[in-house]
Amino acid sequence: MSIASPPAPPTASDPNPASSILERALSPRRRVVNNLATAWMMASLLVALVPLAVIVAYVISKGAGVINGDFLIKDLPIITQFAGGGIKPAIVGTVVITGLAALLSIPLGVLAAVYLNEYGRDKPVANVIRFMAGVMTGVPSIVMGLFVATIWVSSGLHRGYSGLAGSLALGALMLPIVIRSSEEMLKLVPDDLRDASDALGARRWRTVLSVALPAALPGIVSGAMLAVARAAGETAPLLFTIGITRSTNANPFRGTNTALSQEIWFNAQTPFAAAKDRAWGEALTLIVIVFVCTVIARLVSSRFAMARR
Amino acid sequence: MTGVAATKRPKAGDIWSDRAFRAVALVAGLLVLIILGLIAYTTTSKAWPAFREQGFSFVTSDRWNPNVGQFGALAFIFGTLVSSAIAIAFAVPLSLGIALFITELASKRLRMFVTYVIDLLAAIPSVVYGFWALAVFTTPAKTLYTHLADTLGKLPLLSRLFGGPASGASFMTAGVILAVMIIPIITSLAREVLLTVAQDDKNAAWAMGATRWEMLRVAVFPRVRSGLVGAVMLGLGRAMGETIAVALVIGNSPQITSHLFRTGDSMASVIAHNFPEATGVPRAALIGMGVVLFAITIVVNITARFITRRTARAMGAAR
Repeated sequence: MSIASPPAPPTASDPNPASSILERALSPRRRVVNNLATAWMMASLLVALVPLAVIVAYVISKGAGVINGDFLIKDLPIITQFAGGGIKPAIVGTVVITGLAALLSIPLGVLAAVYLNEYGRDKPVANVIRFMAGVMTGVPSIVMGLFVATIWVSSGLHRGYSGLAGSLALGALMLPIVIRSSEEMLKLVPDDLRDASDALGARRWRTVLSVALPAALPGIVSGAMLAVARAAGETAPLLFTIGITRSTNANPFRGTNTALSQEIWFNAQTPFAAAKDRAWGEALTLIVIVFVCTVIARLVSSRFAMARR
Repeated sequence: MTGVAATKRPKAGDIWSDRAFRAVALVAGLLVLIILGLIAYTTTSKAWPAFREQGFSFVTSDRWNPNVGQFGALAFIFGTLVSSAIAIAFAVPLSLGIALFITELASKRLRMFVTYVIDLLAAIPSVVYGFWALAVFTTPAKTLYTHLADTLGKLPLLSRLFGGPASGASFMTAGVILAVMIIPIITSLAREVLLTVAQDDKNAAWAMGATRWEMLRVAVFPRVRSGLVGAVMLGLGRAMGETIAVALVIGNSPQITSHLFRTGDSMASVIAHNFPEATGVPRAALIGMGVVLFAITIVVNITARFITRRTARAMGAAR
């Protein structure tokens, strides 16, 4: 799908001498307005790059000085205002809670996408689900946290704080993202492939499992990784669901837990230098995790794009 | 695959395995509706004690004092709306500029690079934005705001918006951080909308000797106007629901004022700060705040999606 670039429009900065005749024909006003518009587009990009560069550079410069072997493998200190201790419980918590959220939401999201694209198509119920999945991506993450806190943690089921509760909130956030990206990818699979499978006498579920899904797999993986990246950075859904702990808890089903994002939130609000330093280290660790997920997603999808060509 | 299957082609849905698979997939899809319904039901019912005690003035009173049973959320609603409005004011021109840069100016390679970079901007966690803004940005921001208050704040009308005394943590700081956070989403939606314009329409404008800007004005903007409105509204919805970054830099003292350099508070922020320790009716009131936030974002989202869907259909019909 290549978008043909427009036939080299004449601009004032165009060094091509052939276009300078046209350029001279432009009235000054038209040229100035056009150049202003071009400048606006370029300036917008530069302005948006500034915070990215500044924040990433600052987090790296502050965080790199904090992170060392001990920092990554020790438990959280008992008194946060003094230096020492590590952030292992937060790293383990982030990985376990986000991983469990992925295990819950990705299979369900892909199944829902299979329904939308392979069965529902234009049926009213499919359209409603599609529309509401879009709406669900707009539900604030803190509302997901409140929802799980009220329905799971503290009332009715009385399950208390746990990694699982956090996973439920994150999973609910990821679900619509996975559904939408997976459906887009299934849509890209040509119907010829499905027809070929049908012609061999395969049943529909077989066609889905052995033809449509494998063909869309790299795209689905890419979308899922982006959802994981987003979930790993979330704080608000965890504040009311996982509780607090200072020691490593790799079991999401029992006991309170913690996460990098939550630790940053707590430490950011303390006045103590040692706690803030720890927060910079945690911020760098979290950014690395999230960026790695994002880059993997991009690599997978660009290979997919190449394979389709 | 067995040889038997090849003899007769079964119609989809005829066979129990097919029907079962289809049912499982449908249930997974319906989960979206179930979760949305459950969110609305459980949060509203848990918030009911506060709604009953406060009545409709929950959203019209600005007296919020949980300890004495006053639950007027207006100042928080105000803070959410103002910080989001500031974010939109900054983010929309920038996002549209970047989207146009990607679709109109950039070479293929540059286009990939820019998309990649904007993705990374979206990937930075909210809490990192908030922490950075609190630790680094608020100090120079206060100097800048004070300077602006001394200059702009002296002008007749602007003094209502930019008057002092300025605070580093304020509506303005929250709005600026929110703007950075919603630029990626508005940019990517605007880009998708801009790509729906047929190349033939653009070429027609080029052939008439239009400059790039004139081409955009006559061939592109009229086609994408409502799509862009939808994109901006989705960005607005995201800004209003954003919690952690705002909670760290808005100042956490609710007030209704036109002065953008002063401290305020937002719905999401007050929930994040107070919910873990809250019990009883105050806890219900915070859940009620969540219900109001949920309702506002859902309305904004549904409106935005209706607008964009209508454009998509109109565009489809035009071809």
